[in-house]
Amino acid sequence: MKHKTKVISVLLCLTLVLFVFPLGVLAQEGAEAGDSPIPLEPGYDYTRFKDAGLTLNVYNWGEYISDGTDGEHIDVNAVFEEVTGIKVNYATYETNESLYAKLKSGGAEYDVVIPSDYMIGRLIEEGLLAKLNYENIPNFSMIGQQYKGRDYDPKDEYSVAYTWGYVGIIYNTTMVDKPVDSWGILWDEDYKNDILMFDNSRDAFAIASRLLGLPINPENTEQIDQAAAALEEQRPLVQAYVMDQIFDKMQGGEAALAPYYAGDAVIMNAANPDLSFAVPKEGTNYFVDAMCVPAGSPNQEAAEMYINFMCETAVAMDNSLFIGYSTPQLEAEAAMPPEVRDNPWLYPPAEVLENTWTFNVLPKELNDHMDTAWNDMRTQTGAGGWIIVLGLVLAVAVIVVSFVLRARKKRQNEY
Amino acid sequence: MGTKVMKRVYLVLLFSFLYVPIAIMIAFSFNSEKSRTIFGGFSFRWYEQLFRDEMVLSALALSVFIAIVSAVLATLIGTMASVGINRMGRISRSVTLNISYIPILNPEIITGVSMMLLFVVAKNGLAGLAESDVGALAWLAKNLLGIPSLLITHITFNLPYVLFMVSPKLRQMDIRLYEAALDLGCNERQAFFKVVLPEIMPAIFSAFLICLTYSIDDFTISYFTAGNRQTLPIAIYAMTRRRVSPEINALSAIIFFVILAIILVANLRERRGAYKGGRILPAGK
Repeated sequence: MKHKTKVISVLLCLTLVLFVFPLGVLAQEGAEAGDSPIPLEPGYDYTRFKDAGLTLNVYNWGEYISDGTDGEHIDVNAVFEEVTGIKVNYATYETNESLYAKLKSGGAEYDVVIPSDYMIGRLIEEGLLAKLNYENIPNFSMIGQQYKGRDYDPKDEYSVAYTWGYVGIIYNTTMVDKPVDSWGILWDEDYKNDILMFDNSRDAFAIASRLLGLPINPENTEQIDQAAAALEEQRPLVQAYVMDQIFDKMQGGEAALAPYYAGDAVIMNAANPDLSFAVPKEGTNYFVDAMCVPAGSPNQEAAEMYINFMCETAVAMDNSLFIGYSTPQLEAEAAMPPEVRDNPWLYPPAEVLENTWTFNVLPKELNDHMDTAWNDMRTQTGAGGWIIVLGLVLAVAVIVVSFVLRARKKRQNEY
Repeated sequence: MGTKVMKRVYLVLLFSFLYVPIAIMIAFSFNSEKSRTIFGGFSFRWYEQLFRDEMVLSALALSVFIAIVSAVLATLIGTMASVGINRMGRISRSVTLNISYIPILNPEIITGVSMMLLFVVAKNGLAGLAESDVGALAWLAKNLLGIPSLLITHITFNLPYVLFMVSPKLRQMDIRLYEAALDLGCNERQAFFKVVLPEIMPAIFSAFLICLTYSIDDFTISYFTAGNRQTLPIAIYAMTRRRVSPEINALSAIIFFVILAIILVANLRERRGAYKGGRILPAGK
């Protein structure tokens, strides 16, 4: 008995050690700078900070970089550390707004961030981004012309595109017979309770606005109210308002129709071939996530080196394949496996993209109005409200029954 | 008869409510698919990926590090404070204790935001004070937000729990035991370490465990004060835009079994100790 517990304790300690051991091993990787395990563009000196002991703080979306976990693609940060000798401190966020809060509050310092289009516009407006020195980013030349000079950064001074995509309708071909070519199908009574909808205000309002022929970036509060009325009208038909739960619901055939991003449609289609994707004729939202350097970054040149590295063909390709979103780096696009490159959802013909708009920064007044309208709409849903009532009734019933039983038992014992 | 069945049903319901979600999570950690609803087949895929995912592992390492260091320090500081508070007069003691409990009642988000503001102000102040870019002040100004700020916040929100658990135990303790130790030739330090400390040790140990748990669990406060670092809960939360990877199921399953094993071993040892010492009831009762 005694020995047994001792053995167990030792085993436990070993498990703990094993548990923590890979951390140390992984930290050791990348100590040797110089040789690169992947092909790089010639003529760029990646080793100039080799002995400076720099740490680069990178802040990116969650699950938004090739990290080598699938065993097929490279671990981008590890390779960067190996090639340059610069250490990467990598952290992740879930919304543009939380990134904004971090940068605005001064609660953290970063060297590279990857916000979406409208947030880049807002950060530039508020002076939170640094102007880039494109001489340190020669690979910028491989970014396609259509991803440059967009509204959020018209003169290409602050950002280098990382991924892009657009919103469309993902639908299950075994459940939907009608042609899917309009946002109107998300308002179709025939698919009541088979429709999923975005659980974020900006994307949901964009869809309602296009359905009504309104601009994707509302110009006044009336337009927001009109879109809110349409969303209100849609609500009884909606099975659930979701973000990432959409993967499970669509792949499992629990819902028939859902708006989501093109890259994710490809991932869902691979898991369930019944799923298809369509871009509504009313047009849709087009987004670009781009790499920027926050103002005041102490390591701007190293940050630009990181951005240049991300634009290397081999890196951009692996990132794009891992994430599943389209790459703006033309050489990488050309080097993709044909089934990816020729996928019309990922790299659609030009006319599809003609009818798309990027989000712009909304004035505070409109932004607040949209948030209020959205919250009003969402809180009235009452979804799950009956569960709370049911739970309360059950709890009361259990208490009453147990009291009655106890009282009866007590009475029996008295005799 | 009826009550017996009711009791059984109640027990089964209660335990399934607690453990079915964990069982499902563990089952899905062996799923060969990425889905959270469809089970595609048995595989160790997510465990393999987990051990290759440097980001998740380093977030875990940071969480564990912060939890252990902050729990040790909070327990130490909290125990010393309890001993001091215990010696106070009645009014000042209750005032001090009540003030210390306020952070527990305070919504976490307020604690988080106010701590962040404090650190930002402190950082800017330090940077202003430091005359050059080198030196201790400049280093602190540069590195305050991150591990140091996380540690300070975690110690801060852990402290009240230590006071909460250790103070009552101290007050319960018979003061005559301590006096007897003095009478029998201990000096004050010896009396504290040989008599008082063993008496309150169980409370200190539970306080330490509670601190560990709260520290590993904490999301809201860390979210604001982590600077450019990330703890495990923050890393998991950031995955929600794309998809929370099933690696997290695998990691949670491992954590569950490690904790289960620790609890089992702790219980076994306690039982053995109790029999061996022939002391089933705590002394002094």
